[in-house]
Amino acid sequence: MSYKTQRKVIIFAFSAIPVILLFTFAYLPVFNMIKYSFTNWDGLSKHKEYIGFDNYKAIFTDPKYFSVFKVSLYYFVATFVQMGLALYFATILSYKLRLKNFFKGILFFPYLLNGVAIGFIFLFFFRPDGTLNTLLDLVGLGNLSHKWLLDTSTVNVALAGTSVWRYMGSNFIIFLGAISSIGKDVYEAADIDGANKWHQFRHIILPSIKKIVQLNLILAISGAISVFDIPYIMLGGSNGSNTFVIQTVDLAFKYGKYGLASAMAVVLLIIVIIVTLVQRLVIKGDD
Amino acid sequence: MYKLKYTSATVFKYLTLVLAALAAIIPILVVFFASLKDKTEYANSSPLAPPTNWLHFDNYQKAFVNGKMLLGFWNTFYILAISVVGAVLIGAMIAFVLNRFNFRGSKILMGAFLLATLIPSVTTQVATYKIVNALHLVDTPGAPIILYLGTDIIAVYIFIQFLDNISVSLDESAMLDGASYFTIFGRIIFPLLAPAIVTVIILKGVGVYNDFYTPFLYMPSDHLQVLSTALFKFKGPYGAQWEVISAAIIITIIPILIIFLSLQKYIYNGFAQGSEK
Repeated sequence: MSYKTQRKVIIFAFSAIPVILLFTFAYLPVFNMIKYSFTNWDGLSKHKEYIGFDNYKAIFTDPKYFSVFKVSLYYFVATFVQMGLALYFATILSYKLRLKNFFKGILFFPYLLNGVAIGFIFLFFFRPDGTLNTLLDLVGLGNLSHKWLLDTSTVNVALAGTSVWRYMGSNFIIFLGAISSIGKDVYEAADIDGANKWHQFRHIILPSIKKIVQLNLILAISGAISVFDIPYIMLGGSNGSNTFVIQTVDLAFKYGKYGLASAMAVVLLIIVIIVTLVQRLVIKGDD
Repeated sequence: MYKLKYTSATVFKYLTLVLAALAAIIPILVVFFASLKDKTEYANSSPLAPPTNWLHFDNYQKAFVNGKMLLGFWNTFYILAISVVGAVLIGAMIAFVLNRFNFRGSKILMGAFLLATLIPSVTTQVATYKIVNALHLVDTPGAPIILYLGTDIIAVYIFIQFLDNISVSLDESAMLDGASYFTIFGRIIFPLLAPAIVTVIILKGVGVYNDFYTPFLYMPSDHLQVLSTALFKFKGPYGAQWEVISAAIIITIIPILIIFLSLQKYIYNGFAQGSEK
């Protein structure tokens, strides 16, 4: 076979499966979802009745559906806390330090745990006679004790905190990798110029890992908007912890409202895309 | 003055590290304590108190047998093995094509993969479910496998970054020796991608091991339970028996802990190399 033919064969052979998977499981669902969102389909019957924008109207006018957006805000804020912590620990652990590997391991380990295990661990942690309240008593802050998961004003803070605990390690280790790939000579030059640690962070570390931070932020934000595991495992979405995805899954699979669930998913998707685009523009504007 | 400032910064640094380490350990440690206490001891002791008998394994036995954890381990293991091997092969192949050939549509293809990352898969699950159903894969291990094989942009991204660093002149000199593109990929590129492959195996493996959503939604049958769904079932019947649930939690953590401790070096290297540039 000539290289020209080989080229065609290999391009086709190596792309066929990924492309088929990509279109079947990434693009076709989006297309179908948009189609379903204009119907009152129950997910089972052969017949789908076209009802225009009624599903969308319901989502934006019925507070029962719209309130779940507010819950996302907790996770959204938590994302920035998570990124900040990850960046801080990655930076200090990239310098010389005692017990460096021990700290690295401990900070990263939670990320490797099973979501259900984490849900249970924190169900235990936040119980009225559980770990957190006992700890607060121990350090003399007993008056802060609380029924964390039963109180609608603290439930989402507790759950978002759990999410930070779970995912911080993954951001941390990726940042750490990116920082350690910066050449040593750059720091040496900076030292000679008399740059302190903050200058080094601001002018060497941050610019070098900007792309990675950006990618992580995008993934974290779309993750924040599509939270499912933790609140579902811990509370089944009760006590005001219902998120968008729990709502969507319940509507579709419990109540057979496929059309409405699809419309919710479309709204969610549009939000994720807008957030991502805005954020990319903002970060690009820095250059 | 300089000295003072330097020391307080150091103290602050270690203080935050110790606090973070405690925050990471304590929630797990108390569950481990609870798993070794019997019912009465659990009810009468503080969650922070260590167990009196460190060798009380009754809860573990109960959790392992009643929760059919062995079945969970087996189902998780083979779904994970197939998905990870598949994802590595597919990812490396498409990355090779996208990185080494400039053809009509290669830019569009790359764009299509990137654009797909914008779609969080949980949002499209309602429609995806119908497609999986139409393929008659619902309630079979095929459902999670095919979904895990799907568009894994992270894997493609990591492979492409690595390929950037593998000089094209290597391919060219192999071509002078008459090697076909398939040989170049199989004999030269793929082995050189080893560090990237380790990264992808770890990332994908962790993702599959920890996933709850997919098996929960697509494999409701009892005999198809994976570790996450097996663990989730403890919520109902054992709702009040935290000592048994705790043992079940620790059972799912132990394999991860062992793998983590033995592969630590590779895990860090993998992440570090995967995130370069």
